[in-house]
Amino acid sequence: MSTIYYTDEHEWLSVDGDVATVGITNYAQEQLGDLVFVDLPDVGTELDQGDDGVVVESVKAASDVYAPVSGEVTETNDDLGENPALVNSDAEGTGWLYKMKLTDKSQLEALMDKAAYADHIA
Amino acid sequence: MSKTELKTTPLFELHQELGAKLGPFAGYSMPLFYPLGVMNEHNHTREKAGLFDISHMVHMEVTGANAEKAIARACPLVPSSFEDGECRYTFFLNEEAGVEDDLIVTKLADERFLLVTNAGCADKDIAHMKAICESLGATHTVIPRGFIALQGPKAEQAMLDLGYDLTAIAFMHGIETSSGWFISRSGYTGEDGFEIAMGEDEIADFTKKLLDHDDVEIIGLGARDSLRLEAGLSLYSQDLDETTTPSEAGLIWAIPKALREGGEFIGADALTVKLAEGRKRKRVGLKPEGKMPVRAGADIVNTAGDTIGKVTSGGFGPTFGGPVALGLIPANHEGELFASVRGKQIPLAVHPLPFTPHNFKR
Repeated sequence: MSTIYYTDEHEWLSVDGDVATVGITNYAQEQLGDLVFVDLPDVGTELDQGDDGVVVESVKAASDVYAPVSGEVTETNDDLGENPALVNSDAEGTGWLYKMKLTDKSQLEALMDKAAYADHIA
Repeated sequence: MSKTELKTTPLFELHQELGAKLGPFAGYSMPLFYPLGVMNEHNHTREKAGLFDISHMVHMEVTGANAEKAIARACPLVPSSFEDGECRYTFFLNEEAGVEDDLIVTKLADERFLLVTNAGCADKDIAHMKAICESLGATHTVIPRGFIALQGPKAEQAMLDLGYDLTAIAFMHGIETSSGWFISRSGYTGEDGFEIAMGEDEIADFTKKLLDHDDVEIIGLGARDSLRLEAGLSLYSQDLDETTTPSEAGLIWAIPKALREGGEFIGADALTVKLAEGRKRKRVGLKPEGKMPVRAGADIVNTAGDTIGKVTSGGFGPTFGGPVALGLIPANHEGELFASVRGKQIPLAVHPLPFTPHNFKR
């Protein structure tokens, strides 16, 4: 059973054991508009919390997606290479960005749950 | 600049009603995109007709017996050769022949010219033109106006369906259809279409009427940028600025041949000298390899890794089907080019402009 966390930078993490699947929220994709390219990290990259792990490119602009917690990238969403618009159509599902092995699970404690995030963007 | 200080256009409330995502542009709160999304907005304009709020742009009239003299001083143009209604793309140059702004000058009638300039240069342009008019005895008036562009292959039919028959208006010509109104066949998307100016209190109703047309959708600045970029059209402050000469920017075509040898306009002497020396840089179209967009500000490097130029505009071209960019590189450059993006070297191919064919009605 996985637990979902949200950050005030509009990322979500679905945590199962010590592995987190990371993406941007539906609210974030609405703000960005149509995505045309997602620049994903290499598998094996060690990300510290706050590092710019991913760059999402809309027609008009490039935006950093910061690593919500620290960890090692174990897998990236290959489907985004052919179809970056998956992030627009299903941001919190098939439009996930990467999976990471957490190095400090205590960092999760400061993140928001679904209700708190809903308040945050309200 | 905080949001509270941003200016708004007469269509601001309509943008909010239509669900626009707003952002700051040239001191105004402007629509970036609507629920349709940048990609669909772009494609709709190429296929049917897109409506753009361009009310942030500046309208000035120069009138009186010395109006031609003032225009000839301000811009590298021969205003005495204009026919009534003729519009020309031109510049305000500085004494070094750098571009202070680009603009459209239209001869409305004898002794009456309309200048449409960029919002980002509003204060500078107004002061500049006012000073020229005062020194030469012409009258200078800033006209507050609502201003929209209707662009795309269905633009003419949409206007006709609203009772405006503009079929006889040629490309880069305009008419005053009624008091305070000005309509020209022009635009900045590479498509056929019109720019339509009227009183600030009339523009919202007229815009709503156009939006009721099945073929017309409202379009934000995001798609405006991708459309003009595919069309190879320069954006002032990115692709050209006060340090760029018209020849470096690839825009020397806008200056009549006789004036390249000298004239009474500001910057004439420097222009002649710089043209004789030959340009050191040139603006080119660039096609980045792969799918990743290369953005304005990215360094352009050669095979040795030396920085030799800069990307001045870059993004994704929905009609072109890939990333597109404009950049300034050394005029004599030969060999491979790369853009330096987040530590990666992206190969760039020089690509002829425009990226997508113009669809003007000549």
